Amino acid sequence: MASPGTHVKVTQAKIRKIATFVEETLMEMGKAVNPPTRRAAAVAVIENPCAGKFVEDLSELMAIGEELGELLTQRAVDALGIAGPSAESYGKAAAVGENGEIEHAAALLHPKLGTPVRRVLGKGAALIPSSKKRGGPGVSLDIPLGHKDAAFVRSHFDGMEVRINDAPRANEIMVAIAVSDSGRPLPRVGGLTKNQIKGEDGLR
Amino acid sequence: MPEVQTRKKLVTVEEIFHEGGPVAPTPLRRAAALAVIRNPYAGRYVENIESFMDDLKPLGLEMARSLIAALGGDPKIVEGFGKGAIVGSGGEVEHGALWHVPGGYAMRELLGGAKAIVASTKKVGGPGTRLDVPVTHINASYVRSHFDAIEVGIADAPRADEIVLALVMTTGARVHARVGGLKASEIKGEDGLR
Repeated sequence: MASPGTHVKVTQAKIRKIATFVEETLMEMGKAVNPPTRRAAAVAVIENPCAGKFVEDLSELMAIGEELGELLTQRAVDALGIAGPSAESYGKAAAVGENGEIEHAAALLHPKLGTPVRRVLGKGAALIPSSKKRGGPGVSLDIPLGHKDAAFVRSHFDGMEVRINDAPRANEIMVAIAVSDSGRPLPRVGGLTKNQIKGEDGLR
Repeated sequence: MPEVQTRKKLVTVEEIFHEGGPVAPTPLRRAAALAVIRNPYAGRYVENIESFMDDLKPLGLEMARSLIAALGGDPKIVEGFGKGAIVGSGGEVEHGALWHVPGGYAMRELLGGAKAIVASTKKVGGPGTRLDVPVTHINASYVRSHFDAIEVGIADAPRADEIVLALVMTTGARVHARVGGLKASEIKGEDGLR
């Protein structure tokens, strides 16, 4: 994985940095997690083209969201060292710098980002859970996670915190995609399990 | 010998294209590897702790290998390094000092006998504590373009009886380095300093 995801072309997003996080949990309360649970997040820090002014038409951000959907999903699965279809859960989030609006995060995340995410992961019948906020550099972003084919799979409800100490600057936005190849460590609160997924409606 | 029990591992990579200036021809990459381990000495004063340094050697090597892999697999591209530890509230800062030898020598070994001292920092803190791990050039501590730091931390670690161990590596100078001083191209490479 010399240059994860670098084959993905980016023409619209002005990216200052991309960060990836891979987290592996091997033990909880002294009990081994076997196999360990693994999840990854890929985060792009981009220039906010709508910062500092009210912009009615947010289509530029929507187009950037589409690009980042592919780039960041590819980076996340590459960082996990798995093929896209092996991913089990996913989520997305954005943090807008102080000169932007929450609506800018919505424009990036909701209209167009999901389609390329699902293309990279093979399927993805479930809604991609999301969160958004506005904040300064170092703000923590909690990316919600849910099973990609059936939102009700209880073992896969989770969240992954990421942060980058120098982002977002005032005119920037952090856009994040998280992917896992597993659910929570030691899940035991019942509910729908991944073996029971019908995979028709994205819910069960 | 206390066994090393690892609860969690985290590897992060940042790829930096610019910081408001010209886009770098080759992006700077900075990686950090963290391991959350149980602190075998938490909760009481233990006089003799030195043997744990040997126990930590395999983990040091594993973390250094994971950093090189995260940066593409070729140790030759690594130009900067650093290390650090966050000791949970049931331990002492001295427990963090156990990481100097196994963390530092693991990187030195895998990077072909890097000459410079490995810059480091450590502290006691609770879950979510952030640590700014210093970074310097692997062969000459005075190379000014490579002075940097990588902030690390994990939301749920360290618990009181845990230690977060950190190793970091970078592939080059700060992205817009321009404050003079010794350059990487001027390293003599004799004393680890210049």
